[in-house]
Amino acid sequence: MASESGGLTEYIQHHLQHLVPHASKEGFWAVHLDSVTVSLALGVLFCLWFWLKARKATAGVPGKGQAFVEIILEFVDGQVKDVFHGDRRVLGPLALTVFVWVFLMNAMDLLPVDLLPWITEKFGVGHFRAVPTADINMTFAMSLTVFVLIIFYSFKAKGAGGYMRELFTAPFGSSPLLWLPNFLLNVVELLSKPVSLAMRLFGNMYAGELVFMLIAGLFSAGAGLAGWALYGAGIIGYTVWGIFHILIISIQAFIFMVLTIVYISMAHDHH
Amino acid sequence: MDFNATLIGEMISFAILIWFCVHFIWPYLNKAIEERQLKIAEGLNAAERAHADLKDADAKVQAEIKQARLQASEIIDKAQQQANQIIEKARGEAVSEINRLKASAQDDIASMAQRARDQLREQVGALAVAGASKIVQREVDASTHKALLDQLAAEI
Repeated sequence: MASESGGLTEYIQHHLQHLVPHASKEGFWAVHLDSVTVSLALGVLFCLWFWLKARKATAGVPGKGQAFVEIILEFVDGQVKDVFHGDRRVLGPLALTVFVWVFLMNAMDLLPVDLLPWITEKFGVGHFRAVPTADINMTFAMSLTVFVLIIFYSFKAKGAGGYMRELFTAPFGSSPLLWLPNFLLNVVELLSKPVSLAMRLFGNMYAGELVFMLIAGLFSAGAGLAGWALYGAGIIGYTVWGIFHILIISIQAFIFMVLTIVYISMAHDHH
Repeated sequence: MDFNATLIGEMISFAILIWFCVHFIWPYLNKAIEERQLKIAEGLNAAERAHADLKDADAKVQAEIKQARLQASEIIDKAQQQANQIIEKARGEAVSEINRLKASAQDDIASMAQRARDQLREQVGALAVAGASKIVQREVDASTHKALLDQLAAEI
């Protein structure tokens, strides 16, 4: 790695490039294969893990693996129970999936930022970003799914007529003069949900990844004794940020789950 | 990108991070897991114990009911036996009393009849002698006719 700042910029730019099917692909069809691969692999891992534990679940004293899964399940179910007082058969599993999946994808941030790209390079793949949730496509994919569910449950709970009436008469009142303000406010509120959900997770993960890269720049920032001092500082900084990041990835996964629950349970509420 | 010191530095940090997790995160998770296992095991044990206790109590109640039933039937048997004995005893006493009374009455009757027969026999003898002396108008030699008179008295 070059030691001047141009090297660092190049390093970070290199790391911020997604893997695409072909360099000639641009815009809409430049699918981020790295995000897709890692998120799918983690999704499959989550499903296999919980499926295996569920299949071997015993009503007696659970093994450690089962107890761990049960603790996660109970934690998520408790969160859902606190917010949503209806049938939890859909929302419970949804919240569990969101929580564990987002957590696993965030946890990719803890891997050394150069590890996966180095491995993939051995197979001739130059760009590889390991953290799917630092890809705005991924976070929007999830938040838009939640958005669709919000719309679906709004219709289901209130009926088409009831939902339309609510869009135009809440929160200010049912006077025809207030229909437009009501509707505009509701549209803004509705659209802000997926945007804030996606942007929050993306922003946190992207920034976290960027900080990792900046700290990684320290490893090659100097020469001689100063270089070694910076190298040590890099190791300390990278470790401290990693430990702090454990908190961030857990909190972001938790927030994404809780907001998903809150938004969908709000869709059930009548105004 | 080439393999260089950057990746090595990151790997060292990663190793420290893993060490941190092993020492400061996993123990808490493990504790939570073990506490949960313990709680479940205790709950299951308590349930099993309660179940066993209930079974024991049931068995005890059954045994006690059986015992009580047995005792009751014993008491009834004993009472019946006693009643029978009393009845038997009373019957025996009554029978022997009857027999005694019957025997003494028969004795009385027999002795009274004997006495009456003896008196009658004497009187008949006297009457016969008086009658005969009247008929014959002379003294009958009592000694001569004694045998005859005795025979007569015995025939009456």
